[in-house]
Amino acid sequence: MTAPTGRTGLDARLVVPGRLDATLAADPGDVVAVVGPNGAGKSTLVHALSGLLPAEGHALLGGTDLLTRTPPARNVGVVFQDQRLFPHLSALDNVAFGLRSRGVPRPDARAAAAEWLERLGIAELARRRPAQLSGGQAQRVAIARALVTSPDLLLLDEPFSGLDVGVAATLRIELGRHLSDFRGVTILVTHDALDALTLASAVVVLDTGAVAQVGTPADVAARPLTEHVARLVGLNVIRDGDRLRAFSPSAVTVSVHAPADSTRNRWQGVVRGAAPHGDAIRLQVSGEVDLIADVTPAASRELALVPGQPVWLSVKETAVTTYAG
Amino acid sequence: MTHLETTPRRRTGDPLGRAPWILLLPAAGAVLLLLVPIASMVVATDPRSLLEALGTEALQDALRLSLVTSTLAMLVCLVLGLPLAWLLARVDFRGRGLVRALVTVPMVLPPVVAGVALREAFGRSGLLGAPLLDATGFAFPYTTWGVVLAHVFVSLPFVTIAIEGGLRSAGTRYDDAAATLGASRWSTFRRVTVPLALPGIIAGMVLGWARSLGEFGATITFNGNYPGTTQTMPTLIYVARQSDADAALALSLVMLTVSVAVLVVLRDKWLVTAP
Repeated sequence: MTAPTGRTGLDARLVVPGRLDATLAADPGDVVAVVGPNGAGKSTLVHALSGLLPAEGHALLGGTDLLTRTPPARNVGVVFQDQRLFPHLSALDNVAFGLRSRGVPRPDARAAAAEWLERLGIAELARRRPAQLSGGQAQRVAIARALVTSPDLLLLDEPFSGLDVGVAATLRIELGRHLSDFRGVTILVTHDALDALTLASAVVVLDTGAVAQVGTPADVAARPLTEHVARLVGLNVIRDGDRLRAFSPSAVTVSVHAPADSTRNRWQGVVRGAAPHGDAIRLQVSGEVDLIADVTPAASRELALVPGQPVWLSVKETAVTTYAG
Repeated sequence: MTHLETTPRRRTGDPLGRAPWILLLPAAGAVLLLLVPIASMVVATDPRSLLEALGTEALQDALRLSLVTSTLAMLVCLVLGLPLAWLLARVDFRGRGLVRALVTVPMVLPPVVAGVALREAFGRSGLLGAPLLDATGFAFPYTTWGVVLAHVFVSLPFVTIAIEGGLRSAGTRYDDAAATLGASRWSTFRRVTVPLALPGIIAGMVLGWARSLGEFGATITFNGNYPGTTQTMPTLIYVARQSDADAALALSLVMLTVSVAVLVVLRDKWLVTAP
């Protein structure tokens, strides 16, 4: 993430007592992914920026402090987690709503809305009510509704949650295209490491209401500072004094007897779960530290790696990344 | 599971099983309690006296007055009650609980007391009535407007509470979405809040209309019983009952028919098709 310009970028410190105390900075065109476990304050952050939740601090955007303005005066576009398309309006009128609110005459607002539906590939659904749309179609309408007013700040609150995997994948690619055209700042709240890695230019990790890590997606994915992100990106991260050591589950060797070599990277534990992961079987092992390990299906059968089985895990030092935590 | 001889009986109806008797019996009792008096009235009415009653001018005047005043009262209740319900459901202000409690007071007040209270406020020498009379020469009591005022007073709580319930169950999620899209509160009210709460609003209006149609105590206390200006169906029936029980029965049946007919029409036109 780059330093804020202070002119059209976002420079915010948001405080919601007991729930959130976070600073956030972004340049125009940036897509900031906000990740973190449930209750970390992700939705609070979105609602504070949209104005639906009162917050202290400041949120400078284009030279004005958003927090001094009412929600309608903020020029912020929101895609809600539950979409909130107006059920009594057609898809077209849902998209035209924001323009109508800004005093655009109905024919012009509808024409602009139709253009956005066209861009999202759902022009033929213009007359449908939200109840007649599939999840992916409704989410497209919600995205069009948020973008049609050219907001200075676009807030996407878990835009792919609740969608089928395939639908989410298509929509993620499309959204990436629209976001690259978008001149404002985008805040993308997500549960999915893939969203952060593919769409974001910066990642902010929230934990218990505070910023736990800020960085580029690649950096955060390679050197996660929180257990939540480690799990999201599928890495083992263990604390070693004031440093963190990360390694991939595929680098872990699993055996039922203690390994002969006395490497310090070995742990004893009990298999808690086993599930297919790509071509491998991913084991959840709990012991003095909780780890994940990928083994081949053949090895899994051979070693009888079923829940309850005590195992030894080890990893070569060369496969471990050590960094300051 | 044993063998084929225990052919499983195909289960029909509710997968949770039959409704228990301990709930069915009181429910049936409730239906009987409501239906038997009405059915008895229908059975007891002499068709000739019904035709006779229909031809009288008194009935036609009272029926017309009842329908006109109830409808006017319903519209006034909508204009005043919808904003009040919105305020109670959507705006967090000090004393909201107190206002809501005050609004419900007329619901528990005996209608006669409501009539007395209206007299003290809007009577010719009332708190507001006296200055009104001085300024305009108009006084509510013993006029058709007085009937409407009495109807509004007793119906407004029902309308307000019903609409507030509709607004609350519609929730604020869509209001919030409208705000982020740049809509002012007034614009949100018109374009989002009201359309989404429409079923509750219509239910409130029907309730208010029905309450007005049946209003007796406050109306007669405040306005007396003058054919053509303040004599509504309930007051006409009350007067008839004192001289001619058969006529009162016929009038009651007419009122029953009209009420049911209006509710059925409203139901077909509004309540079912409402989103």
